[in-house]
Amino acid sequence: MERILSYTDALREATDQEMERDPSVFVMGLGVDDPKAILGTTKGLTEKYGPERIFDTPLSEDGMTGVAIGAALAGLRPIHVHIRMDFLMLAMNQLVNMAAKMHSMYGGQEHVPMVVRAMIGKSWGQGAQHSQALHSFFMHVPGLKVVTPTTPYDAKGCLIHAIRDNNPVIFIDHRILHYQTGPVPEQLYTVAPGKARVVTQGNSITLVGISYMQLECMRAYHYLQDIGVDAEVIDPIWLNPLDIETIVNSVRKTGRLLVVDNGWMCCGTSAEIMAQVSEQLQGEVAATVHRMGFAPVTCPPTPPLEDLFYPNGRTIAARVNQILGGNPRWIPEERDDLKAIEFKGPF
Amino acid sequence: MSVPSLVTETATSMRTDNALRERIYCALYRIRQVENEIGRIYPTDKIKSPVHLSIGQEAVSVGVCEALRPDDVVFGTYRGHALYLAKGGDLNQMIAELYGKATGCAKGKGGSMHLVDVRHGFMGTSAVVATTIPNAVGYAYAMKYRRANSLVVSFFGDGAVEEGVFYESLNFAALKQLPIIFICENNEYAIHTHQKARQATANLLERVRAYGLKAERVEDNDVLEIYERARAAAESIRQAQSGPVFIECMTSRWREHVGPNEDFHLGYRNRSEVDPWIENDQVSRMASLIDSARRDQINTEVDNEIARAFEFAEQSPFPDGAELFADLFEE
Repeated sequence: MERILSYTDALREATDQEMERDPSVFVMGLGVDDPKAILGTTKGLTEKYGPERIFDTPLSEDGMTGVAIGAALAGLRPIHVHIRMDFLMLAMNQLVNMAAKMHSMYGGQEHVPMVVRAMIGKSWGQGAQHSQALHSFFMHVPGLKVVTPTTPYDAKGCLIHAIRDNNPVIFIDHRILHYQTGPVPEQLYTVAPGKARVVTQGNSITLVGISYMQLECMRAYHYLQDIGVDAEVIDPIWLNPLDIETIVNSVRKTGRLLVVDNGWMCCGTSAEIMAQVSEQLQGEVAATVHRMGFAPVTCPPTPPLEDLFYPNGRTIAARVNQILGGNPRWIPEERDDLKAIEFKGPF
Repeated sequence: MSVPSLVTETATSMRTDNALRERIYCALYRIRQVENEIGRIYPTDKIKSPVHLSIGQEAVSVGVCEALRPDDVVFGTYRGHALYLAKGGDLNQMIAELYGKATGCAKGKGGSMHLVDVRHGFMGTSAVVATTIPNAVGYAYAMKYRRANSLVVSFFGDGAVEEGVFYESLNFAALKQLPIIFICENNEYAIHTHQKARQATANLLERVRAYGLKAERVEDNDVLEIYERARAAAESIRQAQSGPVFIECMTSRWREHVGPNEDFHLGYRNRSEVDPWIENDQVSRMASLIDSARRDQINTEVDNEIARAFEFAEQSPFPDGAELFADLFEE
């Protein structure tokens, strides 16, 4: 029988098992050893591994990112945790000018096996500075790997891979995804970079959902099924390296692409995926490409405005229906049974 | 500013150690001559990389590195030629790197501002001011984590102490009592702007001590004094009798910020500011402290080595086109 774990517990288990396996792995970050333990993802690790291998840091994101890089240069494998991704803006110098550059700038003499785990917030008044999803910033810079796992299975497998990777990995977990549950093997396994997952097979349209929007795309998938539309939903999992081939192959079949990003669209991940698909299919398939993402404004905390800020399963379904030539005013009635949708991907 | 007398009152037996004096002289002379040769070649455009020469500041790198062991590591700045050579960095690979050749220490992908020689504990240099300081601290964390007896030295200039990350780094190093020496090479200028125009108070040591570090200053670029202070700091750190130590080394950049020429015509500083430092030249001073026949022998050997290094760079190939995509990620 499959073992079911939450996304939170999958992250905790991956961290624990890797720390046990490899004494060079350590965890640092604001609050990693406090009673709340980053939503429980670092719970119990201090008792097991002691304060040298898991420790709270001064509020010095730039400096501590530099410390993580230095420790990685010396052969340790730091996991630097940020409970909100917005704080990574304070560490951009070290991430972009140092971590991303060192291996190539030093002609391969050095490498930086570091994981930067950062969480995206949403709702309950997270507002302007606790809700940002900045994965596209990091995708832009050669030398950084970027991953946004959406299922408990991938959370564990991607984190284990990220820890073992000899390069800096920006590991982005969305707070809402922490409530997901799903099958997670107890043994160690990795979900390697560069392989997207086709979550549902379909012929009408290719739906690519990034980070939390994968969950909303799955809601949309069910709404669309109700009106006889079969969407092919793809989870890219790793954004750099990005498995564009799986997406291109799907669009070759469906002729339509809708990328739903958990982020702004301008110069974003959706733009990159659309551009690559268009480049590869132009002249071959008359595919149409579309995207949805955050409204191009600052995220408001008040619920009525926040609802408009984010795409959701219903608005995604409505957009797909429109793309397919359906009634542009149609929007599905909310289905209660989809509120707690879980991922049950083919593993 | 006035430069205090060279004569110090802490003369020890080490100062009369001929082997030590010869090593220090050799290191100083070698760096000076490498920089002079770079300056001579630079106008030919064979060196495809902006150079920030160490001329005038050699004593800081040489004095500190003489106190280190091969297993100690250093992190530096874009003005890093002296430190690279003082720590034992390969000369051929350095010159080839400046020429952009495949045989360079970074295969032509680093340039003068990003020299590296991991094998000799030279962990690299950055063009963005202060950015290697926390990396040095993190490396020191790893040394403590592994119960190593080695230490890290972080070199940076007086401009770096205005960056927030400098204070973040001091705080963490002191908090965890890490095996690290911070060396501020204070040449008083951030490009063309004097420290007084950038900092409200001149007393950096007080600021550093407020973070819980031992801090001291060497006023006069005296290579033997720098060596002794660094040796004492390293010894106390190795014996776990001390947390991190900060040493401010007052020094002087004789040439322009970037490039091989003098820059007194720009008017931001007067020649008279630099003259006392030139009179206090540590290369000449150490030359006078060793046997003249031995000195001539060292000079000849060093000159020949440098000539061979430039020849090596000249003869080396440029990287193949395929190298562009190599080394982005380590597999």
